[in-house]
Amino acid sequence: MIFWRAIAAAALLTVTPALLAGEIPRDARRSGYSFMGPETRAMQDDDTSNPGMLFVLDGEALWGRKTGVADKSCADCHGDARTSMKGVAARYPAFDKPLSRPVTLDQRINLCRADHQQAAPLPYESRDLLALSAFVAHQSRGVAITAGDAPELRPFVAQGRDLFMQREGQLNLACTNCHDDNFDKRLAGAPITQAQPTGYPLYRLEWQTLGSLERRLRSCMTGVRAQAFDYGSPELVALELYLMSRARGLPMETPAVRP
Amino acid sequence: MAALINVPAKARRGDVIEIRTLTSHIMETGFRHTMDGALVPRDIITSFTCRYNGTEIFRADLFPAIAANPYLSFFTVVQESGKFEFEWIGDNGYSSTASASITVE
Repeated sequence: MIFWRAIAAAALLTVTPALLAGEIPRDARRSGYSFMGPETRAMQDDDTSNPGMLFVLDGEALWGRKTGVADKSCADCHGDARTSMKGVAARYPAFDKPLSRPVTLDQRINLCRADHQQAAPLPYESRDLLALSAFVAHQSRGVAITAGDAPELRPFVAQGRDLFMQREGQLNLACTNCHDDNFDKRLAGAPITQAQPTGYPLYRLEWQTLGSLERRLRSCMTGVRAQAFDYGSPELVALELYLMSRARGLPMETPAVRP
Repeated sequence: MAALINVPAKARRGDVIEIRTLTSHIMETGFRHTMDGALVPRDIITSFTCRYNGTEIFRADLFPAIAANPYLSFFTVVQESGKFEFEWIGDNGYSSTASASITVE
C-alpha cells in the first residue's frame, strides 16, 4: 500500500512539474505581433494599409442595417458600438446562462440574430459574420484580455487546457509542444509564436482574407494531421476560451495582420 | 465596396505627396480549381485610375498575380486645392469609386 502510494507520489512529482514548466509566465507573454517582420508590423499599425480595416468598415455598415423578421439593427438595441461594445470582445468566449456553456463572439452574434432580430444565422467564416465580429472586436483594441474569469467557466477552461496539452494526429503533437516549449524557434522558416489570440478575427496574408481563431485552430490541427473539430464545436470553444484566459492581460489588437 | 484612402488633408503648393489606396476585392486568379475539378472563373480588378480635379494623374493595370484587396501607393505634386477621384474597374462589370479632398496653401 505504502509502496504504491510512493509510486503514485513519485509519478505526480515527475508529471506535474513537466506540465507546469511549459506554461508561460505572465510577464513573458508576447503577442504574435512581436514575432513578425517590420513590413507586416507596419501594415498592421497603419489603419489605411491594414486590410482588416476593410472588414471593420463593412461591419460598421452591417451594425446599422435593419434585418430579420423583427426588422431591427444591432444599433437599435446596442446603440453606438464605440461605447457599448468597448471591452466586450476581451471578455469572450463568455458564459451563456440559458445554454449553460461558453459561447464565442461569433456565436453570440448569431444568438442575437436568432433571439432579437429573428434572422437566419450567418455561416461560420462568411464575410458578414467576420465583418461584424471584426467591427465589435475592434472596439476593444488596446483593452486587456480578461476572458475566462467567471467561476462558472472554470471547467471549460480546464477542458480547453486538457485539449491544449493532449497529443493528437499522425504527427502526435500537442499545441503545447510548439507554443509553450518551442516558441521563438522556427518551423519551416516561419516563426513559432506563443499562440496568444490577441487580434482575432485577423487578416492572414496567406489566407488573403480575414479569418477567425477557429479557422486558425483548425489549420493547426490539419497541420499535425489530426481530424479538425467542427466550427462551433464545444471542443473548439473550450480551446478558444483556454487560449484567451492564457493571454490574460495582453491588449486586444483586432484586426491584426499576420503572415 | 469598402475602400481606404490616405491623402494628406493639407499640403503646401508644389509639395510631393504620397497617396495610398486599399480596396476590397477577392482577386480570384482564374487559375484555381474547385475540389471537383471545375475552374473557378477569373474575377479581378483590371484597371485603377486616379483623377486630380478631373485630370488623370495615375493609372495602373492589374493582373491575376496581384493579391486580394489590392494596395496601391503613388506620388504626385500638388498645385491647387481640390479633389482626388479614384476608380477601380474589373471583371463582370465591377466598378467602385472613392474620393478624397486636399487643401493646398
